[in-house]
Amino acid sequence: MPAPTCFSCHKARAALRRPRSGQALCGPCFCAAFEAEVLRTVLAGHLLPQGAVVAVGASGGKDSTVLAHVLRELAPRLGITLHLVAVDEGIGGYRDAALEAVRSQAARWELPLTIVAYEDLFGGWTMDAVARSTAGSGRSRSCCTFCGVLRRRALEEGARLVGATHIVTGHNADDMAETVLMNFLRGDAGRLARGGVLGSTGEGCALPRCRPLQFASQKEVVLYAHFRHLRYFSEECVYAPEAFRGHARDLLKLLEAARPSAVLDLVHSAERLALAPAAKPPPPGTCSRCGALASNKLCQACALLDGLNRGLPRLAIGKGRRVLQVEPPPLGNPSRVTSDPVALPEPCTCKQSKDESNPCGNGGDRAGATCVSKSDLSPVAE
Amino acid sequence: MCQAGEDYAGPAQREPPPVPRPSREQKCVKCAEGLPVVVIRAGDAFCRDCFKAFYVHKFRAMLGKNRVIFPGEKVLLSWSGGPSSSSMVWQVLEGLSQDSAKRLRFVPGVIYVDEGAACGQSLEDRVKTLAEVKRILGNTGFPFHVVALEEVFSLPPSVLRRASQEPAGTEEAYKAAVDSFLQQQHVLGTEACASPAQGQGQLRPSHSQEPSGTVGHPKDAQTEALSRLFKSIKTLTAKEELLQTLRTHLTVHVARSHGYRKVMTGESCTRLAIKLMTNLAMGRGAFLAWDTGFSDERHGDVVLVRPMRDHTLKEVAFYNRLFGVPSVFTPAIDTKAPEKASIHRLMEAFILKLQTLFPSTVSTVYRTSEKLVKAPREGCATGPSGPNCLLCMCALDVDNADSATAFGAQSSSHLSQMLTAEAGTPTRPCCGAGEGQTQSCHRAVGRREDAWACIIEQLCYSCRVNMKDLPSLDPLPPYVLTEAQLRSQRGSVSEEIQEYLIEEEEEEDRAEPCEAMKQEAEDKGIGL
Ligand SMILES: [Zn+2]
Ligand SMILES: [Zn+2]
Ligand SMILES: [Zn+2]
Ligand SMILES: [Zn+2]
Ligand SMILES: [Zn+2]
Repeated sequence: MPAPTCFSCHKARAALRRPRSGQALCGPCFCAAFEAEVLRTVLAGHLLPQGAVVAVGASGGKDSTVLAHVLRELAPRLGITLHLVAVDEGIGGYRDAALEAVRSQAARWELPLTIVAYEDLFGGWTMDAVARSTAGSGRSRSCCTFCGVLRRRALEEGARLVGATHIVTGHNADDMAETVLMNFLRGDAGRLARGGVLGSTGEGCALPRCRPLQFASQKEVVLYAHFRHLRYFSEECVYAPEAFRGHARDLLKLLEAARPSAVLDLVHSAERLALAPAAKPPPPGTCSRCGALASNKLCQACALLDGLNRGLPRLAIGKGRRVLQVEPPPLGNPSRVTSDPVALPEPCTCKQSKDESNPCGNGGDRAGATCVSKSDLSPVAE
Repeated sequence: MCQAGEDYAGPAQREPPPVPRPSREQKCVKCAEGLPVVVIRAGDAFCRDCFKAFYVHKFRAMLGKNRVIFPGEKVLLSWSGGPSSSSMVWQVLEGLSQDSAKRLRFVPGVIYVDEGAACGQSLEDRVKTLAEVKRILGNTGFPFHVVALEEVFSLPPSVLRRASQEPAGTEEAYKAAVDSFLQQQHVLGTEACASPAQGQGQLRPSHSQEPSGTVGHPKDAQTEALSRLFKSIKTLTAKEELLQTLRTHLTVHVARSHGYRKVMTGESCTRLAIKLMTNLAMGRGAFLAWDTGFSDERHGDVVLVRPMRDHTLKEVAFYNRLFGVPSVFTPAIDTKAPEKASIHRLMEAFILKLQTLFPSTVSTVYRTSEKLVKAPREGCATGPSGPNCLLCMCALDVDNADSATAFGAQSSSHLSQMLTAEAGTPTRPCCGAGEGQTQSCHRAVGRREDAWACIIEQLCYSCRVNMKDLPSLDPLPPYVLTEAQLRSQRGSVSEEIQEYLIEEEEEEDRAEPCEAMKQEAEDKGIGL
């Protein structure tokens, strides 16, 4: 059976069916529609005002690659300036490859790129060093958690460094859907209360952050990359995922198969959840060390680093939310730690915490990094 | 979301085997004497008597804690024939036979809805099932109403309106009710509604002008219409949802016609956790507290109550087995369907499987659900002032088409394109948020795709998604279509005269804001 004609231009042969609507489109029309929808999100949500200097959290993965590409297309219309900011978590050797991908993207698209490293920002702590220090504590799974906290901070620092006024990250609709499922499964009412928003306006001294791809499904992100011939790394983190995220991801796949709109339906649910005031976090104050938004004396990143420096990472991150006694800042006394990937715990299947920016890390030698995998693409309609 | 500060709910402690091999030394954890027959949680082995006390206590405590069932009040027990609702009927039965101090003080009746036609059951099988149903209900001695789902074809449109209710539910009102109950209980006791299905009595005349749904066999034509409706639905998910919706409407109608103020449903904690996740996945995030909470006041005068919500499925199964609680097996709409065929099915399978890996799964979800509130989220466009969904009767949770939300993202692109693609004609938004469009809708009512759009716009987000799986809305029962038309007419009429009306200052009773606003919305036809 020959492919149907494109529903939009009525000229070209359709090359795909949009996963949600089933609409048959040619490649160029699909990409135009995808870009128009991101534009719509940015405009409707008043996410990026004219003149904004936008730091794009770039990891070399598909979400941030697509985000950077789409925003570059839209930049003239939006009147914004883009700056790629990549974070080097310091994960044994592999990260170089991912960063190389970001470098070549930046060169091809003629976008400025700044790379910030955990090691430089956090007093010598690389992610590998963090992993080693937490290994054996029975909490090696927390690596992703640590990583998410630190990456958020690193991106913030990088963005400031380049004079950005806004930060954008590549989270898509699937990420939010997965997160709301997961937060119910693990009973995290606080996160449910805070979740479901497109971005934060930048409370405290933090830069405003947003997620222009929040209503785009993962499938369409992959399709866009395919039709725009974007190269990216499908990365898998070497560190074990958070307990329920894997389950939530499996569930989401099933739901989407049963009802194509399920991902956005979950996003709608997340937007509308109303929790009792008690479940909401207390009004945040500021971190006594760095001035960032914090519900305790120290923000999460400072508390984590503080704990690491004192050899007590669990103290910093546990649910108990014990308020740490602040000691004189140990920062600025970098104790270099050499990375040792062999000591890493179980391989990871997650692309992780997604909380801010990209997959938590990357996929080490074991997981392997590959370019666009065909298997990710939805079959082209006939 | 950021995962910092999270903790893991899942220490992989394995679930204990259902029934312990009662080692000779082991004793009941409660009385330290009896032979344990049931293990509820790890380490909690109960003897028969203590388990019963524990089980009954949970039921009574749930009712006692919430205090929504007034003494002397008529309560309709919604019985599906399944284990949980059977156990609930049994609890009430036992509660009424207690000595006076512990005796339950409401007046129960039972409703059974025969869904055979929607589930593809043969007439023969339905007759057999009904015989069994009536036998069991007869043994309870409660008045009962056996109603065929076909009766939805005779429902009045008013069932879709939220009926007002005199202020109740306060502590004083409760105490006043207790007092008046003590004086009146004998009168009420003798007045309890007899069961037409048993042929023991007649409907009281005041109810007879409305189709009561409790008399006679369904007409063949209605059976056909019902099965045509369900066969036309493209997905099992939407079938299941519509079935639940129609069942609720019918139950509320029967409750109203017979003066029941409360309807009790038997959902267990396990079932509610599954329902919560299912509804979450179907876009009902705004309504979860109504859908799964202890009480559900969306219908106004008839309040749905879920007294079994603290019992797990496992406890129910043990109790029913130990105490010989009878139940009836009836095929469900998805009985023969594969596990992944509907959101309901796959969520059930997922949660039950996860529960075996992490025994705290159900209780975690359940506890989280208790933190949800029955109010729109802060900053969300829709307040209680908007109209309610035509089908599920919750406050509409849709945003403007141009908002930066999941709804806005779909309505601007996919929805309009899909409408166009499916209707085959260019479709303009009908009675939408935009000004001046109501007119075109009004003129065009009767034209099929416009009628379709008019109904869709009276639905909440989730009901819209479900209705997309109906190729045509024509087979829906008349009361739905009629009420939709009434609402949209009310909407356009009031729009025409709007500019001539002098608005009154709002001086409505603050205690019932929803009701007042709803009335106001109806008067103004906001958003219809
Ligand atoms: Zn085209
Ligand atoms: Zn990871
Ligand atoms: Zn800090
Ligand atoms: Zn005992
Ligand atoms: Zn609805």
